Amino acid sequence: MSIKRNLITIKGIKDGLVFRLDERCDLEELLAELRDMLENSHQAILSGPLVSIDVRFGERDLSDEQKLQILDVLRSKRNLLVRSIEGSKSAELRENAVLRTPVTTMSGMVRSGQVLRHDGNLLFLGDVNPGGSIVCTGDIYILGALRGMAHAGSEGSEHAIVGASYLAPTQLRIAEVISRPPDNDEESSAHPHETQMEFAYLKDGQMQIDKMANIARLRRDLNVFKGV
Amino acid sequence: MGEAIVVTSGKGGVGKTTTTANIGTALALLGKKVCLVDTDIGLRNLDVVMGLENRIIYDICDVADGRCRLHQALVKDKRFEELYMLPAAQTKDKNAVSPDQIRDIILELKSEFQYVLIDCPAGIEQGFKNAIAGADQAIVVTTPENAAVRDADRVIGLLEGSHVTSPKLVVNRIRPNMVKAGEMLDVDEVLQVLNIDLLGIVPDDEMVIKAANTGEPTVMNPDSRASIAYRNIARRIQGDTVPLMQLDEKKGRFNLFKKIFGVGR
Repeated sequence: MSIKRNLITIKGIKDGLVFRLDERCDLEELLAELRDMLENSHQAILSGPLVSIDVRFGERDLSDEQKLQILDVLRSKRNLLVRSIEGSKSAELRENAVLRTPVTTMSGMVRSGQVLRHDGNLLFLGDVNPGGSIVCTGDIYILGALRGMAHAGSEGSEHAIVGASYLAPTQLRIAEVISRPPDNDEESSAHPHETQMEFAYLKDGQMQIDKMANIARLRRDLNVFKGV
Repeated sequence: MGEAIVVTSGKGGVGKTTTTANIGTALALLGKKVCLVDTDIGLRNLDVVMGLENRIIYDICDVADGRCRLHQALVKDKRFEELYMLPAAQTKDKNAVSPDQIRDIILELKSEFQYVLIDCPAGIEQGFKNAIAGADQAIVVTTPENAAVRDADRVIGLLEGSHVTSPKLVVNRIRPNMVKAGEMLDVDEVLQVLNIDLLGIVPDDEMVIKAANTGEPTVMNPDSRASIAYRNIARRIQGDTVPLMQLDEKKGRFNLFKKIFGVGR
């Protein structure tokens, strides 16, 4: 008998486990290995308290039925809670589809109690006041003051960003991450008008702020001007 | 055909009723034919501020339900011949009338008066919808506080989504020394957020409270700073160009007033 390759790797993340499934092997083989792991080899570490699981099957093409097969195996263990099942293809394609759509331009004012929702990327000419919000599946660029809430990548795109001429939000959200300015932001309250255009993005699940000129370093899908 | 102007704010206690009473009286001072309408059904105050409480016989609900004619419900002011008030009912609530009924009443008033000022209740519910139903224009009152500005912003958003477009702003109860010390928002900061035309600024003035309690609008007292501010607003409403009041100068002069009238400590 030949040495068996590991078809499944299990990785611990902050709030659960990620199951990476081999992309090329036979599906039956994969299911057999999964069953074996749950019942025998990894039985010890996979029983006990409730744990959330993300399943990643890479570039394999899986039908919904086949996904169900995998889920059924995982569900045999009652303490495993499958949070997501995704291939790299679909996730990437979906994300790229949003990020590569052209930017829609809108103007006006988003006042307290108003919500501007948009599917795709949005360039907003105007202010977003405290109590108002912009929610976009893609990027949000605001030519004006952002004093309210902005949620970019509202359907989970972690590559989405929020940029504003005057970035002073009550709250920022990118994908699932929620962030707010520090409670006593002395610097910003002392010079409220001394500003530069900034944007917020996610780095390792943490919200970061940088000046707009540095956006080219972060996002390779934008057309970057390199000079002549 | 006159103009119907609703005075609104969202937040309570920022001075809607006081503003309505004073602008209305100031317009009457300028010789205009004015009717004040209180739509704060159940919590009427305008009559108290105007000192007309004891003259009320019928109210706006009686008119809406056809229990009396509009003219029977109008209360004539004790100071001006051409100033009237249509009081709200005190025993009912906001749902006692519909926006359509108010619209009809305001329309009838506009045919007779040059200015119809509508005092809106606090909030953005039925009472607000009733109040703006018949209005052509709106005055949004706010104070230089974050909470009031937030609510004003909400109301401006609602107004912009209604038939009443381009509301004007009155910033009420400014304390220049607090603004100077950076403890109070200044008018520019308020304007930057709300981004609408400024109709006027009114300094905080103890005489306003005194006047409201005696049922005599502050505008009648030519020595009060707030009175001058309200008169300026009235002149701007009728189309004059009046420069904004300089709040910086206020300190010295204001204290002088206080000393002269014995209000100061």
